[in-house]
Amino acid sequence: MRAYEFERRQYVIAGIALAIVLIYIIRLAFLQLASNDYEEIAKNNAIYNKIIFPSRGSIYDRNGKLLVYNEPAYDVMVITREMSDLDTLDFCKTLHITPKEFEERMAWITDRSKNPGYSSYSQQLFRPQISSADFLVFQEKMFRFKGFYVRERNARQYKYPYAAHVLGYVAEVSGNDIANNDYYKPGDYIGKQGVERSYEEVLRGQKGIEVLLRDARGKIQGKFNEGKDDQKPIPGKDIMLSIDIELQALGEKLMQGKRGSIVAIEPSTGEVLCMVSSPTYSTFDMVGKQRGENIMRLLQNTNHPMFNRAISGTYPPGSTFKPSQALTFMQEGIITSDYTSYPCTQGFRFRNMKVGCHSHPSPLSVKPALSTSCNGFFCWGLYYMFNNRTKYASTQEAMTRWKDYMVSMGFGYRLGIDLPGESRGMIPNADYYDKHLKRWNALSVISISIGQGEVTLTPLQIANQGATIANRGYYITPHIVKGIQGGAIADSLKRPHYTMANARYYEEVVSGMRGAVTSSIGTCHGAQNPWYEVCGKTGTAQNRGHDHSVFMGFAPRNNPQIAVAVYVENGGFGATFGVPIGSLIMEQYIRGELSPGSLAKAASIASRSVN
Amino acid sequence: MLYKESNNKGIFKSLDWFTIGLYVVLLFWGWFSVCGACYDYNKPDLFSFDLNSGKQFIWILTSLLLAGALLLIEKRFYYKTSTFVYIMMVLILLITIFIAPDTKGSRSWIPIGPVKLQPAEFAKFAVALAVGKYMDRYGVSLYTFKDFYKVVLIFIVPMLLIIAQKETGTALVYLAFFLVLYREGMTGSVLFAGFMFVVDVVVGVKFSDETTANGHVIVGEAWVLLLSLLSTIFLVWRYCKDNIRVKNLLLYGFGTIVLAYLFSTFVIPFNFCIIQLLVNLGVIIYLGIQYAYTKSYKYLLIILFAIASTGIFYACNYVFTHNLLPKHQQTRIEVLLGKNNDLQNAGYNVNQAKIAIGSGGFIGKGFLKGTQTKLKYVPEQETDFIFCTVGEEEGFVGSAGVLLFFLFLIWRLIILAERQPDTWGRVYGYSVVCIFLFHLFVNIGMVLGLTPVIGIPLPFFSYGGSSLWGFTILLFIFLRMDAERNFKSK
Repeated sequence: MRAYEFERRQYVIAGIALAIVLIYIIRLAFLQLASNDYEEIAKNNAIYNKIIFPSRGSIYDRNGKLLVYNEPAYDVMVITREMSDLDTLDFCKTLHITPKEFEERMAWITDRSKNPGYSSYSQQLFRPQISSADFLVFQEKMFRFKGFYVRERNARQYKYPYAAHVLGYVAEVSGNDIANNDYYKPGDYIGKQGVERSYEEVLRGQKGIEVLLRDARGKIQGKFNEGKDDQKPIPGKDIMLSIDIELQALGEKLMQGKRGSIVAIEPSTGEVLCMVSSPTYSTFDMVGKQRGENIMRLLQNTNHPMFNRAISGTYPPGSTFKPSQALTFMQEGIITSDYTSYPCTQGFRFRNMKVGCHSHPSPLSVKPALSTSCNGFFCWGLYYMFNNRTKYASTQEAMTRWKDYMVSMGFGYRLGIDLPGESRGMIPNADYYDKHLKRWNALSVISISIGQGEVTLTPLQIANQGATIANRGYYITPHIVKGIQGGAIADSLKRPHYTMANARYYEEVVSGMRGAVTSSIGTCHGAQNPWYEVCGKTGTAQNRGHDHSVFMGFAPRNNPQIAVAVYVENGGFGATFGVPIGSLIMEQYIRGELSPGSLAKAASIASRSVN
Repeated sequence: MLYKESNNKGIFKSLDWFTIGLYVVLLFWGWFSVCGACYDYNKPDLFSFDLNSGKQFIWILTSLLLAGALLLIEKRFYYKTSTFVYIMMVLILLITIFIAPDTKGSRSWIPIGPVKLQPAEFAKFAVALAVGKYMDRYGVSLYTFKDFYKVVLIFIVPMLLIIAQKETGTALVYLAFFLVLYREGMTGSVLFAGFMFVVDVVVGVKFSDETTANGHVIVGEAWVLLLSLLSTIFLVWRYCKDNIRVKNLLLYGFGTIVLAYLFSTFVIPFNFCIIQLLVNLGVIIYLGIQYAYTKSYKYLLIILFAIASTGIFYACNYVFTHNLLPKHQQTRIEVLLGKNNDLQNAGYNVNQAKIAIGSGGFIGKGFLKGTQTKLKYVPEQETDFIFCTVGEEEGFVGSAGVLLFFLFLIWRLIILAERQPDTWGRVYGYSVVCIFLFHLFVNIGMVLGLTPVIGIPLPFFSYGGSSLWGFTILLFIFLRMDAERNFKSK
């Protein structure tokens, strides 16, 4: 057979086959073994991590009244591929939009340059947060609107319009939030102010992930790995505020038309019972589509309604500062309670210097000095302290000693309340005056003894001073959250902080403050009532404009339940607004209600404005 | 009767069970791949007839029955009927063009009851039998032009009919018969010329837009002209055994081009392709003179080759710039040569196929665990791109395994073909070998991004009854022939 001469060609053909298979195996090795890139790409193709958002914790007041909760919000979604025979007019009417808006939105959705995640197979957001009323109508007609769906989400809702500053609000994360914390992704929500911010991690819980398989058309085809890689969301925890919402409501009503703040604290625990900052805004403004606009409007208001004066505002404390001075002088032995008297003839006079005062008997000792709020007494006290060279080597040393007392009483530094944005106020020290005044002595800084000059406090610090006096010498860091579901508040919010003054000197101060209420010439006479013993101290803080009206007090004298600070900007004498507002707050909290007379007084105060 | 019985008993003994074993392994391996490719998350029953895996299972069972039946049909039956079968097949292919409904642009599927059959898949065995029978005639020589063109005509006619059905891919398979003819004595220069044409087209098209640093010369043009010159000189050396002339050609032809290149690069830049073109023309004229002297037809054929390969760059350029090819074919070639990187559209299939295979890693994602294929990222995943599923779910181990099993099969079939007692059997055997090889080469090459996307199935793996039956028939006719190798007479 002739073909035998070509027999060797079988090896050529076998060789070709071998070469092809070898080349293909090498190619396979390059694709499959050289890198993991293709594995990543395949995963990105097929795996869709669906985020499951946990429900955010609710917020309650100290009596268990619900303040903030979640309510479903409805977004209208569309799958463009499934749309057919849409009665556009009826559709637009149901959603209260114009056909033009409809066209524009559809054009936006299908334009990949504006909506990069567009797929005609998956749900696209057509209209966010329609009202519940619209939703009900829409749901009934939905079978006629093929391709349209409703997505339910949780949105924050408020029961009361009050305590906006304390509660804060929830809004979409900013670029900064995303940059600072990997947890947040664009479109997520985050607490922006108040406890929503400071307890964000407690309230929000932990997102879950559902690992899904997505086909080439963007349609979900099931769970990846039978759901073994899914992570269940951890729901947010509820929190209970120390705020009494009734008290808060009264406070906000009393502060209507005024700028300023009320802070009330339960002395034994440091729990903040109410925290009013006026002007304020309604929590209802922080809900729904209008939130952004409302915030812009509030930020443009020159009275700064979004500024939480109670913890961020710093003011001269005026005469409410005097108890701290009395305690310092007594503890340092500059004065003794019954034997040391200083003269006051319409004020403190020394060479060319004069600090004015009002009419009261002179000379007088510490208790009546507190009761009558004598400027002269405290100026002399500071003068003798700073010039006592047997105790202090220099004025600077005396100043440093004085500053240490103030700091121990919670002034000059942040108290550490569990709210964002607390200010530290200002307690000057020796270095400060060395730098700013160069040569100075007790007389140059004499006004700090009566809460003027460089000294500033936040209303919270003033209230905390009230609580410290009520406790006879210690305070517990004021805090706004009383309890966390299945957890506890931070230990730092439970520890007592003792001041440098002894309890027995506090007892003297308490008597003085009680005298201010009971004595006919006392500044707080208006706070006298038949039910419980009130101790108080007024302040009339000078500033460039009209004086600020200030009050600090607590009640009852023994086993105090509430300490309160009231600050009304440009409100005049402490007795004008401070005392009545403070006593109404105490009455409401201690008695649980206002007497008829008090109700009338409350209505009258609520109706008065301060410009 | 007695003769027949002993015959069948002997058949059982002398059957090549190794090949049958490979066949069964590949058949079920293929079925698992189809399961992976068509798996539906909502219909997990792989045997459901809603799914192609269920249907393919039936096709596999019927193929096994078919295989058994074919083993009972004697070799001489084919010998007697092969001409008739061939003519019938050609007629069916012809009729199909007119009666088949349009399926995605192709007119090759005939619906019969619930199934659709593709005659082109069944025609291969008939053509192989016919080619073998013709070659088996005494005195047929592939060196004579009249025999050669008749043999070629036997497989070119059905090929053209299938092209007319718009199934270019299936038609191209018939080119595999050239490899069969090579085994039977056809000059290797045909394969060499074909190979060089492919190289020229690849180089020419790939570098058709690239110029040298000085901007005067198109890189593709220069390379194609050089390859043409060198391959022409190679043919003169190999087939005319004329070393003096080869030396002359190399010295003057190649030497001139080297000088022109150096001059263009270091002295004055100019388009030295003009010099190359002149050299190639000079060589053609020189070979023409040789033909005039020697009257050897070899020179004539070499001249034809030289003219064609010199002109191929310009022809390709013309075809591509004037869009003479169907759009999708041109795009497929551009994608393959890396000239079109639009992964969203033109390059999508091949790119997703690469991702599917690449993501399999060493041992793969596991049975039914592939995501690229199941979630429809890879198109045609059950049919032409079935190898993606193998790559993704069985990894390097599985896909290299499939290649090696096919290599064993081809190697085994070469051995069987070589032991045939007659030309007919051998030619038929090699037809089987070459058809399998061609399918393997083109199908897996396309999935791996090494050959253009040509829609032909991977034997035993791609979903589809027609191709499975077609390959079964092709193989088992041969196995029966082989089993009869020790019997005398036909």
